[in-house]
Amino acid sequence: MPGKLKAKIVAGRHLPVMDRASDLTDAFVEVKFGNTTFKTDVYPKSLNPQWNSEWFKFEVDDEDLQDEPLQITVLDHDTYSANDAIGKVYIDIDPLLCSEAATVISGWLPIYDTIHGIRGEINVLVKVDLFNDLNRFRQSSCGVKFFCTTSIPRCYRAIMVHGFVEELVVNEDPEYQWIDRIRTPRASNEARQRLIFLMSGELQRKIGLKVLEMGGNAVVGYLQCFDLEGESGLVVRAIGTACTLEKISTFPATATHPSNSSPSKDMKEPVFGEEAPGVPLSSGPPTPLRAQTFSSFSPSKSYSRQSSSSDTELSLTPKTVGIFLCPSAPALEYESSPLPSAHLPLHLRPRMASMSSTPPPFHVSQSDSAMLRKSVSFSEELLLAASGMGSGGSAGKDAGPLKALLKQQTQSALEQREYPFFTLTVFPPGFLLHVGGVVSARSVKLLDRIHNPDEPETRDAWWEEIRQEIKSHAKSLGCHAVVGYSESTSICEEVCILSASGTAAILSSRFMQDGPLDTELRLSQQPLCVFSTGSERVEGDMGSSASLGFEEVVSPGCGFCHIPYDELNIPFPAQLTYCYCCRRYKVPDVLFTTIDLPTEASVTGKGCLIQARLCRTKKKAQGEVNAMAISNLLPFLEYELHTQLMNKLKLRGMNALFGLRIQISVGETMLLGLASATGVYLTALPSPGGIQIVGKTPSDITYEQHISNMQKKINDTITKNKELYEINPPEVVEEIIGSPIPEPRQRSRLFRSHSESSDDVSEIDLSHGKKDAFVLEIDDTDAVEDIHALLTDSPTPAGFYSCNTEIMPGIQNWTSAIQMFTSVRVFRLNANLTNQGLNKIFSDLCENLLKSLYFKLRSMVPCCLCHLNFTVAIPEDELIQVAVTAVALSFDKVQTLENGKQSGEKTPIKAITENDEQLQFNLELNAETSSSSISPKGLSEVGSHPSARAPSVDYSSFADRCSSWIEQLKLKAHTIRRGSVKTTSSMEKASPLPEGRSRSLRSNRSYSGSSVAVVKMTPLSFIPGAKIIKYLGIINMFFIRETSSLREEGGVSGFLHTFIAEVFAMVRAHVAALGGNAVVSYSMKECVFMENPNKNQAQCLINVSGDAVIFVRESELELTSVQPQSATTQTSNGGEGT
Amino acid sequence: MSVELDVFVGNTTIMDKEVYQLWLNGYTVNDAVKVRIEGGVMEECEASAEVLLSDTMDQYRTFQMCERLLHHPAKLANQLLFQIPPDRQAMLIERYYAFDDLFVREVLGKKLSKGTKKDLDDVSTKTGITLKSCRRQFDNFKRVFKVVEELKGPLVENIRQHFLLPDQLARDYAAIVFFANNRFETGKKKLQYLTFQDFAFCAGQLINNWTLGAVDNMMEDMDVDLDKEFLQDLKDLKILITDKDLLDQHKSLVCTALRGKTNVYNEMEANFKNLSRGLVNIAAKLINAKDVRDFFIDLVEKFIEPCRSDKWTSIDMNLYLTHYTNSAHILDTFKHHAVWTRYMGVIKSCILRLYHD
Repeated sequence: MPGKLKAKIVAGRHLPVMDRASDLTDAFVEVKFGNTTFKTDVYPKSLNPQWNSEWFKFEVDDEDLQDEPLQITVLDHDTYSANDAIGKVYIDIDPLLCSEAATVISGWLPIYDTIHGIRGEINVLVKVDLFNDLNRFRQSSCGVKFFCTTSIPRCYRAIMVHGFVEELVVNEDPEYQWIDRIRTPRASNEARQRLIFLMSGELQRKIGLKVLEMGGNAVVGYLQCFDLEGESGLVVRAIGTACTLEKISTFPATATHPSNSSPSKDMKEPVFGEEAPGVPLSSGPPTPLRAQTFSSFSPSKSYSRQSSSSDTELSLTPKTVGIFLCPSAPALEYESSPLPSAHLPLHLRPRMASMSSTPPPFHVSQSDSAMLRKSVSFSEELLLAASGMGSGGSAGKDAGPLKALLKQQTQSALEQREYPFFTLTVFPPGFLLHVGGVVSARSVKLLDRIHNPDEPETRDAWWEEIRQEIKSHAKSLGCHAVVGYSESTSICEEVCILSASGTAAILSSRFMQDGPLDTELRLSQQPLCVFSTGSERVEGDMGSSASLGFEEVVSPGCGFCHIPYDELNIPFPAQLTYCYCCRRYKVPDVLFTTIDLPTEASVTGKGCLIQARLCRTKKKAQGEVNAMAISNLLPFLEYELHTQLMNKLKLRGMNALFGLRIQISVGETMLLGLASATGVYLTALPSPGGIQIVGKTPSDITYEQHISNMQKKINDTITKNKELYEINPPEVVEEIIGSPIPEPRQRSRLFRSHSESSDDVSEIDLSHGKKDAFVLEIDDTDAVEDIHALLTDSPTPAGFYSCNTEIMPGIQNWTSAIQMFTSVRVFRLNANLTNQGLNKIFSDLCENLLKSLYFKLRSMVPCCLCHLNFTVAIPEDELIQVAVTAVALSFDKVQTLENGKQSGEKTPIKAITENDEQLQFNLELNAETSSSSISPKGLSEVGSHPSARAPSVDYSSFADRCSSWIEQLKLKAHTIRRGSVKTTSSMEKASPLPEGRSRSLRSNRSYSGSSVAVVKMTPLSFIPGAKIIKYLGIINMFFIRETSSLREEGGVSGFLHTFIAEVFAMVRAHVAALGGNAVVSYSMKECVFMENPNKNQAQCLINVSGDAVIFVRESELELTSVQPQSATTQTSNGGEGT
Repeated sequence: MSVELDVFVGNTTIMDKEVYQLWLNGYTVNDAVKVRIEGGVMEECEASAEVLLSDTMDQYRTFQMCERLLHHPAKLANQLLFQIPPDRQAMLIERYYAFDDLFVREVLGKKLSKGTKKDLDDVSTKTGITLKSCRRQFDNFKRVFKVVEELKGPLVENIRQHFLLPDQLARDYAAIVFFANNRFETGKKKLQYLTFQDFAFCAGQLINNWTLGAVDNMMEDMDVDLDKEFLQDLKDLKILITDKDLLDQHKSLVCTALRGKTNVYNEMEANFKNLSRGLVNIAAKLINAKDVRDFFIDLVEKFIEPCRSDKWTSIDMNLYLTHYTNSAHILDTFKHHAVWTRYMGVIKSCILRLYHD
């Protein structure tokens, strides 16, 4: 009996009139938990009853506490007939089970009915007394904290990041169980709501168990989804990242670990980044500093030991062969083949194209349960190919057996895990070392009934396949981990597309425990040796790999852009140049990732939302034929989306995408693809070239005219965009210095015909950055379409910025004005539209939606729409549904300008200092460059398998770019500790999240008096101008609303408007009842809307989640924390004295 | 191809004041969009007509959803469905309960019944105010009336507390309720020159001086009804005109006081008895509910019109009424000083207010 749940029903208000005769209600309440039910007395004839009940006590297992919600039903007593239900409240007990979260639930909660919506409110008090249960075999996982936030929560510190946790549970969907098709809406909806509550609870408990098993105490980036598979059942699945978190207790803690205490510190890093290179440069050889870094770190802290082993990774990474995709390369494959499905080589797209690449009859015969299984052998094949390539490539240039050993060791830590995946998108400093490209996998499945809900093996197996594939893609990119990982599904009838995507990356093992500790110890000394050799300057024979080993010292905000691989071994034509920041290491021309922009990254100008939208019609079909058709279409869809993204990126003069999210939605007659990302100009990457339009038949003069007009339009747009986003990289500097790069690339080229591009592939000169072109050939109808798509994207109105990441680079001084919103649109299409027509409609739909948002929020200007999250669905034939949830943040324009100036002034200086040091390496690098480009090995790699290998990775993994991200953190931490006080304080002001450090920790005391009347909601993990002082637990709610009087409720729009408002209200009320005043990382994960206008009916399901928190405004904090702060200074002084 | 569903829901409910006003004015969505386009909001914000339409529809929907709450403004503050900042709430309420003077003149003093509501389309055509807006205003009157009717205590304060209205608006509503309750006739042609504010002023005077609450606000009864006892006592004033001596005495006192101070002395002297009879008769008849209704007509017919035809100025009027009231107290046989003061105080300020073109 390890738990006692206590509930007290205090009062009700605003109840509906249940008795027409008296215009009053005789209300009473049933309180149910598990199988136990209590009732209050009837409070007669009142719309505002005061029950003031006794404490109802439930003695239950903690397992049940986790699984079950507390159900409160308000009823109207009726002497003669059955009592009428007014509505229900489900209360998730979970936040009360964790000592660090909420202690009591108390407040007015809306009484909800699935037919009538909110019907008054009820005031309840809920408490839990937990007894410690030390049973090792327990099934509960009380106390494991869950966070939707995809970064380390603000008032915690990550001690350990254990890794990926996943679980899924399945059940029959009550909606489909009604005998003889007699469906009573209320009973059916309530059964469903309750079931999903139960399943979420169970899922969370199971995940919690896994976390405990791993030794963690929290799940970060918890993502739970529902698959409403219709007749085949209901699947609730979740993924997350298990961590061991430590609450940042009090002042001394932050004072001693300034670098890893909270993400807000990340903001400071650019400054350190700027300073860091300066120091070693002036002193010539960078080594002394490095040595210091090590000596000061490794003995003191356990994690520092691990971090030193991360250095070993650094030196290893270059060895790992990244299979890299040039965005232009794939073009050849697709454009050339008239019958793509036939042409796609087997090793292409092991997952996505499995349907097309596999001889269908063979498979069908194998899959007896009508479920399409696909052969894993393809991915293995790819793997083999990749690894073979890797070893072959690296053999030639291997710097020595030591590194091979190191590589094995560090990678083993991650390889021991089943899935080295992380749902985080923002990382504790020092965790993320190298960013690879985007990896994704999709699989088309046919749903069948889940026969045994207790053994959800098929669904598990499906996801396992996908994850395996993601893992292998990451591997083939030379990365041992996948970050920013997420999974999703799209279901239409019996066809289901499973998708997973993430960013291949190399992580520091500093936060990971799996690696054998003594090995790390042993290894940690070896890197030191490497460094000492380095101190005598990197010699020519050490080559790039050696110099890469030192990158951590040099790289400021550019480190993560440097390529992690040896350019000799690039099996495809990538455009490599020297890093525009440090000039020492090569960087790719474009970088795509699914994570948030690392805060230390140096960015020129501002970012913007970039979307690729695509519609493809398909024939109506059934079963396997349908699945086959879909999987045949998928690669084209992804390719087109990719091309669009690339074009739009170039049009905006930017060179990197963050937060990339590609959603593919399936309907009966079409497929919908929507890719959203935030484009930025990474200072370290080369300036993107323009877009050149070429006509194929140059004879016609008017045609030429047309083309040149278009060209002019495009050029103008690019110029305009550069101005708009303040992209003005300091190109002058490079001229002065005399960069080692022969010629900065001016344009890139999109190849649109097979013959042309294949020629180009063989002659591509990797390192010379030869004047390549991003050519759109106009005779190609697709190209015309592309150009139209490009030019129809209207710019954001003045004063607006938009992004789908957490923060917008270049904007810092947010005001406290925030406005979260959800907007949903459903569009009805005409029948018989062409692909082009569809595309245009879909694109316009998204554009208009954005325009509407800007208009709505015009009073907040200047403002930025952050975390713009688009979800598309095809609820019915000929219907497209787009839902957007985002937050608008106002910022202060004046200060922005000042900041802009400041950074503008700083950049050139920085560049110069960097370049100073740069020169020292020029010779070696040049030599190496030439050798690598000439190297017959490299050439043959590229030349011999261009059609087979290069595109294969691109398609199968959709991995666009790889780049290395070298750890700088210890150095930075060091700088902080050494006390660059000036920098720190100034940055604190400028940071977008000016979260005070030591003083802000005094949270709890100062909070007590605050009002909870207003509850803020935001999809971001923070609240500008405020400090989150406590996480109260996860909010995960599922509601169904149905109506049979659609017209009377204002039609579909009125119905949904009310429902969304109700959902917001319920979220706010539950947060307030937990004692919170905000929800962060809020998201609407599901919004399924169905209507039947003929019957005047509609139904909608909404699933939302987020983290309930208490925040305190910075200004309040300052007032309230005067006293504690003095205490802080004392303690910290004392600490320093010792 | 058409937008089938289009909603926008903010955590803080976004409401545009301009659109709110258009909605209150009873414009259709399309008309509202036209007005907004003419207002130039499109150029300001780089929007298209489509965007404007979507926004307007969305706002209209929000207002419709809020309307239910606005009927009980106190609920707006503790409802959970919409998160609206307090200043916004106040704005919503104030504007919702605001009314057109033109409209209120049409229904002032009428019974707030279904019958009256049915005639609102005539009112709408007459005033040029949309029927929708007329209905809202009428329903507001009725709602306030119904709530306040049953309440004890000061009328204005009750309205202010129950409907969270600003002071001036609460006073106006008090006037409307008071007029509706006593069914004062305001629609006659002779009264057309009077504005709502004229009547509201008079209502304020009546409420403050002639109701039960005026004497003792601890009284069980309310502000809405006139003090019956007082009305009864008014009959005693008749002596001022029935007693010939008193009347003559009164006249001579007033004439002495006014001689040389006014340009209309002669007309005043000639008309004194008529005017005095008029005022005292009004007082004496107020005990009958029917005559209460005609209070304003009587005032205008019996007093204001004769004076106006004699071209009295407001100053003359003020002078006359002051001396007329004060002289009565000097009369030896006149005993009803308290009632006289209570009566004439109100009459004087009402007449002064109503005496204009």
